Amino acid sequence: MTAEHTPRQRWMAILARASRAEIVELVGPHMPDHEVLKAPETGTVMVEGRAGGAGRRFNLGEATMTRCVVRLHDGAMGFSYALGRDARKARLAAILDARLQVEAPDGALHRDIDALSDRQNAARDLASRKAAATKVDFFTLVRGA
Amino acid sequence: MYVAVKGGEAAILATHDLVAEARRGDEAVPEISVAQIREQQGLACARVMNEGSLYDADLAALALKQSQGDVIEAAFLMRAYRTTLPRFGSSEPVDTASMAIRRRVSATYKDLPGGQVLGATYDYTHRLFDFALMDNGSVMVGLDPTISGHEGASATGDARVEPEHDGSAQPATCPLDAHMPRVPDILGAEGLMEPEVAPEGDPRPFDLTREPVSFPADRDVRLQAMARGDEGFLLGLGYSVQRGFGGNHPFVGEIRVGEVSVEFVPEELGFAVDLGEITLTECQMVNQFAGSKDVAPQFTRGYGLSFGHSERKAMSMSLVDRALKCREFGEAAQYPAQQDEFVLYHSDNVEAAGFVEHLKLPHYVDFQGELELIRRIRAEREQRLANENLTLPEAAE
Repeated sequence: MTAEHTPRQRWMAILARASRAEIVELVGPHMPDHEVLKAPETGTVMVEGRAGGAGRRFNLGEATMTRCVVRLHDGAMGFSYALGRDARKARLAAILDARLQVEAPDGALHRDIDALSDRQNAARDLASRKAAATKVDFFTLVRGA
Repeated sequence: MYVAVKGGEAAILATHDLVAEARRGDEAVPEISVAQIREQQGLACARVMNEGSLYDADLAALALKQSQGDVIEAAFLMRAYRTTLPRFGSSEPVDTASMAIRRRVSATYKDLPGGQVLGATYDYTHRLFDFALMDNGSVMVGLDPTISGHEGASATGDARVEPEHDGSAQPATCPLDAHMPRVPDILGAEGLMEPEVAPEGDPRPFDLTREPVSFPADRDVRLQAMARGDEGFLLGLGYSVQRGFGGNHPFVGEIRVGEVSVEFVPEELGFAVDLGEITLTECQMVNQFAGSKDVAPQFTRGYGLSFGHSERKAMSMSLVDRALKCREFGEAAQYPAQQDEFVLYHSDNVEAAGFVEHLKLPHYVDFQGELELIRRIRAEREQRLANENLTLPEAAE
């Protein structure tokens, strides 16, 4: 995600990319009291592309996604939306979204999100460096010299 | 006379049991897991996601397991499952310019910004068996050391000596450029490429899963149909265009494979939420010129986009996309790949398989009708011939 996104958009993107195990770890052993306003629901999102990358929009095909809305006892509402069909991840990510909104920006949970973000960036960097190892170095053969 | 009958319930139940047994194969061989298919048969999963028109690698792997690797049956399972899900909406159009690149090659420019990145490809393999992948060591006679990096092995020796290079991919020191321009955009900056701009108002695309298609079909309809179309069908059509059943023999401007973010704006939040990443393959073909009195000659585009790493599909799609644009460039539509109705009505393999394979279902009543008809025609013919034979001598007089 780019810099123009809000802090909330940033952590929602990080949570969407996280595995269920990572989300479980972020929530920790004590599940906060919460009310499920919209139970985890799996549906689809139609993924759109653009002809030529920049032209007319077209429907590429659907992708599965799961969403959930919760409310913590202090009234904070949390939402989660992520690709895939993981209902438990959706519920826990919604709880985290609510907690992140009420916690101070330098709180422990925000630091955990930063650490998770660092791991995601490191994985992306490693994938990019593995691809970079397959970059072609051309050399020219001088003929008729 | 035909009497309607019911039956077959017991036979159908028995065939369900038998197909489960056939799917499992020899029980002495360990059962394959869905995760193994997802991780180790990823290109097959990509094909199932494309033709099933649903991005979900776990479901694609399950579909392949359940269908014994029958890709079209697997796509059918995906399509059927999709119909049970609510649709929450449409994503923002994906931005392939900001793709996290894993592979990116161009046949038009050697030295392009960002470079030629081969990524994981079979393009430069020798297509010789790598017997090291076979789990039975005793078949590794004649092992080709150039493929596996292993020394050749005798029938009795253990060929699986740890090689010096363990074969794991070694990362470079630096990652790829964060931003790699799309090749047609480079040509576009010079004005040499047909521009690709959204129509006035950036309209929502047509959705052929919701509305009936009419012809001539617009480009958004054609691209959606091809994105879910059969790879083999599109490959054959693309090939036909190159061989002369069409007018295009283009260059691959660029193929790129990698991850893009899918953004969605939920009504209840009102801002874009990043749902995570999907892997896409994009192909942009550079075709020969079109121009007019008012526009100087420009290269023309063919575009392909597909789920997962699936570049044969994306390339075929971009060849046929350009062929189908013939009307827009005032070219005669005289070949199959240039005819939108032909391409769109026959590219969907779930529909095609349904109509072809329905022929094997009971047609007892229809056929009884045919039988009665042919018997009556034959009887009438015999009667006519008999009458002619009777009347012939008189006619001769």
